Amino acid sequence: MFVDFLYELRRRRVPVGTQEAVALARALAAGLHESSLDGFYFVARSLLIHSETYLDDFDVVFAAHFRGAQLEAKNIASELLEWLKNPVKMRELSDEERASIEALDLEEVLRRFEERLKEQKERHDGGNHWIGTGGTSPFGRGGEHPQGIQVGPGGGGGKGGAMKTADARKYRPYRSDVVLDIRQIEIALRKLRAFAREGAEQELDIEGTIDATAQNAGELEIVTRPPRRPNTRVILLMDVGGSMDPYAQLMSQVFSAAKRATHWRELRTYYFHNCVYGRVFKTEGFQDPVKVNELLAECGKHYKLVIVGDAAMAPYELLGAPGYGEEGKVPGVAWLMALREHFERSVWLNPDGVGGYAHPTVDAIAGVFPMFALTLEGLGQAVSELIRGGRRA
Amino acid sequence: MSEFRRFRGTDRYLTNESLEAAVNCALALERPLLVKGEPGTGKTLLAEAIAAALGAEIIAWNVKSTTRAQDGLYVYDTVQRLYDSRFGDHDGRDVGDIRRYIKLGPLGQALKAPHRVILLIDEVDKADLEFPNDLLHELDRMRFRITETGDEIVAVERPIVIITSNNEKELPDAFLRRCVFHFIDFPDPAFMRRIVGVHHPDLTGTLVDQTLRAFFEIRANTRLRKRPSTSELIDWIAVLKRAGIAEVKLDKELPFLGALLKKEQDLVVIADQLAGGKKFRS
Repeated sequence: MFVDFLYELRRRRVPVGTQEAVALARALAAGLHESSLDGFYFVARSLLIHSETYLDDFDVVFAAHFRGAQLEAKNIASELLEWLKNPVKMRELSDEERASIEALDLEEVLRRFEERLKEQKERHDGGNHWIGTGGTSPFGRGGEHPQGIQVGPGGGGGKGGAMKTADARKYRPYRSDVVLDIRQIEIALRKLRAFAREGAEQELDIEGTIDATAQNAGELEIVTRPPRRPNTRVILLMDVGGSMDPYAQLMSQVFSAAKRATHWRELRTYYFHNCVYGRVFKTEGFQDPVKVNELLAECGKHYKLVIVGDAAMAPYELLGAPGYGEEGKVPGVAWLMALREHFERSVWLNPDGVGGYAHPTVDAIAGVFPMFALTLEGLGQAVSELIRGGRRA
Repeated sequence: MSEFRRFRGTDRYLTNESLEAAVNCALALERPLLVKGEPGTGKTLLAEAIAAALGAEIIAWNVKSTTRAQDGLYVYDTVQRLYDSRFGDHDGRDVGDIRRYIKLGPLGQALKAPHRVILLIDEVDKADLEFPNDLLHELDRMRFRITETGDEIVAVERPIVIITSNNEKELPDAFLRRCVFHFIDFPDPAFMRRIVGVHHPDLTGTLVDQTLRAFFEIRANTRLRKRPSTSELIDWIAVLKRAGIAEVKLDKELPFLGALLKKEQDLVVIADQLAGGKKFRS
């Protein structure tokens, strides 16, 4: 029953796993829930949830799962331990986690429960014994249920009532899934960084100082060096309009995440429609054109190029030339190859996903650029592609 | 798991059941307590309150953007040693003894302390993204080795670790999993009244009513860049008291608004609304 609760949380993409389960089992064994559903709600919440964005999910699942249920702390703890000791489960665990579970002997936990129960019965003085408070029996409520936690209507009296708290869903404003997505994108992008020492020499170079001092026959010779600064420069090229319209929101999220990334030295964003020919544009409305040749001249090969687009177009749009302007005779694919050739590291992010179905231009472009799906996973792969050292294969 | 003293707040720091549960989980499971919440809701004060309640010393580690995990463990003062070796003015320090030039950081001090102490890692999100990850091992094992000397620093008494975060950066999952998490809710008016009572016990009922009403009205304004929080309210009331103001009217200019609002634009927004004679809520 309780394990279902964990799985329901997982289904809602709340990251709970064995470590959280172990912690909860230990907390229950220590009587931290103070024999009340309220206590259980707060203890479970502080151990299972690690970010305010998941608090609302927790409230929803908790209310749905435990309404009217009869809970027994001992059963929850033993259920958790049984589940954790499942050999299939054990194989997925790291050594450290496995050790922490093995250290928690099920028999021992149950014995402790019993012991405490007995102790409490013997000296039921309503005093300051650390299991119960104010004379409540250890695993019951108001002395009615000596070994259970009563849940549901009338359950958990006192200050608030866990169900009431859960039902109130006051953490809803923190969940904003959009923000969460931008954040996730930001986190993925944050891995894309590098540092270099440039600029004023403000930092003491200890190794250098020791070397220089030794060279100088022990006369102190201070060597300084510039501090480490972020050194990643990124060019973001985005396809807009036409077949990209359904992805407008996703694109704006990628854009804002990239804009908010403070760990880059420079971010340039440009737009194009369908395919890059000769020019890209500084605005979404195709104003302020920038010639690709100029862009290549301005930006060294160390810039990381990220192109976002669905890569789906009519074959002539890729293989043909637009026929106007001074670069009119060069087909789109040639421009793409020029970009690919110029930059050491480049990727293509496709919101359509990768490898779903064959499409002539998608396949052709995937032959030019390493192509990744515009999902969190794909983004992660793309970032590792971008930071992989050395020249591409 | 041995018995431990439960945390119930102090007479200067009010808690609720949810905060107590989180603190007690952290105490019992010996895991770091991660406290998040709006700035000014008393995250740092919580550590002091726990210290007061348990009668333990508090060691604060204020994290900055340049802080490295290593700084918390120890710093090897190479420059001082070089200087001493060159100029010979040692103040009795033996240049040959490297240990004299190793200074323990806050985490190192917390481990070495003979009694159980509280280690407050304040505003952990200010540091580099990798900072929390670099501390995982030390926080788990509560021991580390000084590479220069080979000495191992092992916790005499496992310190209680309180970590605060203002959510400027997402913290790494591996780090989060090891922490007990608590999100400090913004107090509701009733709770806020109790908090004000704790800080300004001598205040008259009318002034409390009026300041609280003004405060929650101002907070309800969605156009504010930085909404005032508990600490600003406490400060504001302190200023009003010092100035001998006994009455605050919502419909005219609020005195000492600068104590509540810290951003120029926010002052303009509120002043606009007051001048326009409109009711507050936008």
